[in-house]
This record gives sequence, structure tokens and C-alpha cells, in this order.
Amino acid sequence: MTTPLATRLRLSAQKTIRLFLRLFPVLLGVMLLSSLIIELIPTLIEHGALGHGAFVDMLIADAIGSIAAAQPVISYLLAGELQQAGVDLYAVTTFIIAWVTVGIVPLPVEGMMLGWRFAVWRNAIAFVMALIVAWLTVVMVDAL
Amino acid sequence: MRSDRARHRGWLFLGAVCLLYLLVAWWFPSFGEAGIARFRRMVVELAPIFLLVFLFLWMTELFTGVTGRLAAMTGHGSGLRGWIVAIGAGVLSHGPIYPWYPLLKNMREQGMRPALAAAFLYARSIKLPWLPLMAFYFGTTYMVVLTLLILLFSVFHGWLVERIVGER
Repeated sequence: MTTPLATRLRLSAQKTIRLFLRLFPVLLGVMLLSSLIIELIPTLIEHGALGHGAFVDMLIADAIGSIAAAQPVISYLLAGELQQAGVDLYAVTTFIIAWVTVGIVPLPVEGMMLGWRFAVWRNAIAFVMALIVAWLTVVMVDAL
Repeated sequence: MRSDRARHRGWLFLGAVCLLYLLVAWWFPSFGEAGIARFRRMVVELAPIFLLVFLFLWMTELFTGVTGRLAAMTGHGSGLRGWIVAIGAGVLSHGPIYPWYPLLKNMREQGMRPALAAAFLYARSIKLPWLPLMAFYFGTTYMVVLTLLILLFSVFHGWLVERIVGER
């Protein structure tokens, strides 16, 4: 015997609402936190967080990009400004890649949804990979 | 019991962030105000996307076979097709990451490989609508090289994550 559509609609809606309610406080917290952190990034850059040599700059750009959690377009705009301000292309590229591939702020949501071991390792690997991909990109662009 | 603890941790986390806001608003009022203003914009931007994901999850929950089929397409033994589906979906997925987590969680529970979940998340960094802007700032060669490298590394990233965290 099949379940009536109305019952199936109600049960599936309840299950989806439960999933969203469970996520709600973490999601709200992460959105509040990322709003605060994004405001901090231009200040960090203005105060000379970059400009300490190519590799150190790449690491700093990786860290700053990792804590950001906003639209990628913002990273392109910031990166464009950084490059015009004289920041090395290696660091600028690392910043763009880390911004979109590493998520320190969304980590609590990712950990809760997909498991902490997965979330932590995924972000750690993406952090290291941002350095490698940035280096490869600049080397290849220079060669072409 | 475990889910109760997880639920409490969520509220504790939100409480800690609210406390941080109170401290910031006390010491740096303009900084706190800017954060709240950005948060409000974020809520307005994300609301329709959350609604869309809610409807999508509801429908996939209603027709339980849909997520099952998607999970099967990205499950163990899905081979090259699984990688193509995961990376393609990552590139095409739109908007902020948060609404995608519940969907990925559903698919992981139904057998999606960790490698493909990681590849999906990595490939999401390619934002097709914004590529012209990247080309404008850094040149077309730069945009093409970076996009191709991210595609390539999304496979390596997924493979490495699965090697470390295991297949379950």
C-alpha cells in the first residue's frame, strides 16, 4: 500500500525542517562571524600585513584568504587592488585561491555536516594546495 | 544523546559569537556596526538561495530516489563518470557554500565518495560568471591557466582527502 501524497509531503517537509533547524544556530553564528572578519581584511592589508618576501607573503595571503568567507568577486577586486599596490603576483594568486578553496569560518558548519575529520583535512590540504597552484599558475603564465 | 550534544554546541557557538559582537560593539562601535550591516546584506542575499535549497531538499526527500540516484552516480565504483558529475556540479553550483552542505550531507549518507565530495567543494572555486572579471584584472592567459589548474587539482585534492580520511 502506498502512502498518500499529503502524508509524504508532510513527512518529507518535517524531515527537511529538522535538518535546517539543526543547522540554524551554527549557520547564523558563522554568517555573523564572517561579516565581522570580512570587515577586518582591508584593515589588515592597509596595515602592511604583506610585503615581507615572496614566500612569507604567500603564506600570509594564504592565511588571510582562508579566513575570508565572501563572494569570490570580492577576492578578485581586493586582489586587483593588491597587485596595483605592488604586492607580488604569487601572493595575490595565493590570496584568490585560498579565498575560494579554504574555509576557516564555515569550518563549524562543514564539520557538523560532513564530519570533523573530513572538514579539517579537506581545508588543511586546500591550504597547502593554494600555495602550489599559485606557484604553478604564475610560473606557467610567465612562460606563456 | 550525541545529536543533543551537537545541537547544544551549535547554540553555544552562536552564543559565543554574540558575545564577541557585544565586546566588539563596546570597544570598536563602528567596526561592530559595519559587521552587522554586512550581516544584514548577507541574510537578504542568502534568503532566496536557502529557500531554493530547502525546496530542492524537500523534493529530493519526497522522491527519495533522486538523491539516491545522484549518490549512486558519485558512489564507490562510479569511476570517471563520478568525477565528471562531481566536478561539473561543483563548477555549475551557484551562490555561497552554506546551503550546499545539507545536500552534500544527504548524498554522503547515501554513499557519495568523500573524494567526490571534496572534489565538488574544490571545483566550486571556479565561478563561471566571474571569470571575465578575473580576465579583466589579470589577463585571459592567467584566467585560463588558473581555471584549468583548479580543475586538475580538484581531482588530486579529492583523491588526497579520501586517502587520508578513508572511504567512509
